[in-house]
Amino acid sequence: MLCKLSLKNIKKSIKDYAIYFFTLILGVAIFYVFNAIDSQTVMMDVSTSTKEIIKLMTNMLSGVSVFVSFILGFLIIYASRFLIKRRNKEFGIYLTLGMSKRKIARLLFFETLFIGIISLLVGLGLGIVLSQFMSLLVANSFEANLTEFAFTFSRVACIKTLIYFGIMYVLVMIFNTFNINRYKLIDLLHGSKKSEKVRLKNPLICTLVFIASCVVLGYAYYLVTGGIDKLSEASQIFKPIMMGSVSTFFLFWSLSGLILRIVMRLKKVYYRGLNAFVVRQISSKINTTVMSMTIICLMLFITICVLSSSLSIKNSMTANLKTMTPVDVQFYKYLNITEEQAAKSWYLNDKMIEDSKISLRDTLASLNFNPEENLKDIVEFDLYTTNAITMKDTLGTYYDELLKKYPLLDYDSKEVFIRISDYNKLAKLFKKEEYTLEDDEYILLADYQELVDIREIALKRNTTISLSGKEYTPKYQEVKNGFIFMNSTHANAGVFIVPDDAVKNLQKEESILAANYKETSEEEKQKIENKITIDMDVHPYASKTNLSSITKLALYEASIGLGAMVTFIGLYLGIIFLISSAAILALKELSESTDNKERFAMLRKIGTEEKMLNKALFYQIAIFFLFPLIIAGIHSIFGIKFCNFLLATFGNEKLLPSIILTAIFLGFIYGGYFLITYFVSKNIIKEK
Amino acid sequence: MGNILKIDKIEKYYGSRSSLTKAIDNISFDVEKGEFVAIMGSSGSGKTTLLNCISTIDKVTSGHIFVGGEDITKLKGNALNKFRREELGFIFQDFNLLDTLTAYENIALALTIQNEKIGVIEKKIKKVASDLDIESVLKKYPYQMSGGQKQRVASARAIITDPKLILADEPTGALDSKSARMLLERFNYLNENLEATILMVTHDAFTASYATRVIFIKDGKIFHEIHKGKDTRKEFFDKIIDVVTLLGGDLNDAL
Repeated sequence: MLCKLSLKNIKKSIKDYAIYFFTLILGVAIFYVFNAIDSQTVMMDVSTSTKEIIKLMTNMLSGVSVFVSFILGFLIIYASRFLIKRRNKEFGIYLTLGMSKRKIARLLFFETLFIGIISLLVGLGLGIVLSQFMSLLVANSFEANLTEFAFTFSRVACIKTLIYFGIMYVLVMIFNTFNINRYKLIDLLHGSKKSEKVRLKNPLICTLVFIASCVVLGYAYYLVTGGIDKLSEASQIFKPIMMGSVSTFFLFWSLSGLILRIVMRLKKVYYRGLNAFVVRQISSKINTTVMSMTIICLMLFITICVLSSSLSIKNSMTANLKTMTPVDVQFYKYLNITEEQAAKSWYLNDKMIEDSKISLRDTLASLNFNPEENLKDIVEFDLYTTNAITMKDTLGTYYDELLKKYPLLDYDSKEVFIRISDYNKLAKLFKKEEYTLEDDEYILLADYQELVDIREIALKRNTTISLSGKEYTPKYQEVKNGFIFMNSTHANAGVFIVPDDAVKNLQKEESILAANYKETSEEEKQKIENKITIDMDVHPYASKTNLSSITKLALYEASIGLGAMVTFIGLYLGIIFLISSAAILALKELSESTDNKERFAMLRKIGTEEKMLNKALFYQIAIFFLFPLIIAGIHSIFGIKFCNFLLATFGNEKLLPSIILTAIFLGFIYGGYFLITYFVSKNIIKEK
Repeated sequence: MGNILKIDKIEKYYGSRSSLTKAIDNISFDVEKGEFVAIMGSSGSGKTTLLNCISTIDKVTSGHIFVGGEDITKLKGNALNKFRREELGFIFQDFNLLDTLTAYENIALALTIQNEKIGVIEKKIKKVASDLDIESVLKKYPYQMSGGQKQRVASARAIITDPKLILADEPTGALDSKSARMLLERFNYLNENLEATILMVTHDAFTASYATRVIFIKDGKIFHEIHKGKDTRKEFFDKIIDVVTLLGGDLNDAL
């Protein structure tokens, strides 16, 4: 009997449930799709290193899934509370008819169960369909060839989805039961009749709060952009975040009061058509929903930032690669590692120390790798250091000022030197500008933007460095852009190019060999690549020798893989945040449709035209959707700038396309929810 | 004085052929300009259906209703809305004020949906507020007002558009007797001084006694009709009671 009643209830209120249902299905589907990614990569033709990255990504995605399930759980509880509130009267009638609270709780239990089962099944079905398309996207992001298109089904992801959502639904059931027990019959029956108190806020307080929150917000914006230097510790980032969140709340609080005041003053606008009605509808609701507006706004903000920066990382990572990887391979090894150094390090072992005493070529020979057989355009050189010169010294007089600004920079790291003749050989191979130096000059080479900015100030002050008792002055008062090691990012913190005889009393720190592969065809190249990366096991931190290698192919794969990984995690989080916030808004709007229904019926009775009513409804919902979006958009301008700063090493050349892509995403999902809300609401207020 | 409202043999049936309910069974009557007509009947007599048909909220099964010479049973869609907006004024038992708007805004709404100019709106509200003695509550919200005040605000909204006909559905139904008396005195004032034509549905004899004519309805048909003529309100009230007694049954409980 209870079963039947609850089934009927669901059927009856399917209109109210539609968006809730839709969101649940979407949530389940997305959850499945992102957890099933690894099953799709099985049939992809990718290298081992890409497989590694995919494995890492899968692990990270399942970690993110826990977080996502928290968000979805919160959304489900919030939504079900909403829907129950709407049915207070129904429960009141059950109670007056003598149904026990326990039975009502059971009724709700069945309803949640049915909704849960149906949404899980439909969601999984949709997820399985979507994940087939996802495999195309995955293959595309990893720039892999799909060997064949086959239908995939991930049992693990399926079971995981069932378990996670099962737990969420059980929590909702417990929550509902708990809630029902607290209800009083009188509130249930007359709850809806309590007329909402419309208080006009004091305009003076509103203005003050508005100004105050704008100032605080402005300061928070400043902290994450212009004043970013002040944030020397990672934990200090919570300061602008807290400030931003709190001031967003007060911004909504004060704006709702202020806008009402201002529009009311504009009598010509206010008293035209249903404008007064719309303004009052919105302001009366904003009074009671400032908190959820704030949450939605912040969630949208996160969505925009996460989506646009994760999408841009992939772009900028791959965009830089061509210029960043001028040769096929670079071998390097540390020389003369002391026991003392080894003791401080976690990866250096005795074999490596031993190996550091022989030359790079000897190590290669010991690994049965003949450079002449495999490589061409070989350039060999060494890098030098001395304990006497650290970053502190090369900064000169700027050091004291900088210490106050960035107390945590490693000022005691040894500076690296290269002979001008060696560098010119390398530059020729890299197809970069070659330099000449007078006897007492040096050139500073770097491309890590933050350090470039710092070091340039020191150069402008003509900071001299002294090597073996001789003073050297900068040839250029600017940092020359360039690097010694290939890398997927701009990570050269600074290398000093000095005259050849300047290094005679310095110690050799590293030996480097840069070259291209002898073969020209892709296949043969890959063979040499495999020799280096698989057979010789010269990955960084390999255990046999002290030799490391950087190859163009590995960098490409890592960049593409990392970019794809970040994109997928960003997409996952972004979409979940987006549908959560849009669903909360949509549910809120729809749940108030009962009140609206009466109000619109009344307007109809006094002869308002249908067109005018629809317009009023449209404006009302549009403003509710737009208000948090606009504030979130303003936040995002600064948020994205901050993300950019954090990700500066990846380069930020291609930000605009990713912002456009984010806007398209936002438009589709958020706009879609908006339209559904509007049409369902329109249906609800329609006269029967 | 011409006919404002002419009801011509209207019928309203509910239900299917097998179980037909005649809510209105061949009713005809006229209302002249400046009249204050009360329609009395017990619950289920069809009086609210009649009002709904006149106000175009419901449609008649057969017959015609003319307001100012125009057959409103033929109106459709936006023409209906236009008619309601411009020719009729509504007063409901449960006030039907928007709880989010102040009294002033509630009254203004009737004019803003006709795209009236702000200057005109201000002037008209000032006038109607003094007519209905609600100047002091104009800035208040419905929840801050008494029932009587709310109903007078609703009345102000109904008459501010200078409608041909004011329709009132149990206007005193939710009011205490003192507020009810005050409201009805205002109705009289509007009727006598501003020549407003009022059609009021009620089951309360006291309320009906403020009208100039009372039409009694029973089982969807006109049962009786009495005019106030030169009677005082007290005498008219007694006459109404006599008819109610004659009608017997349910209406007694209305006293």
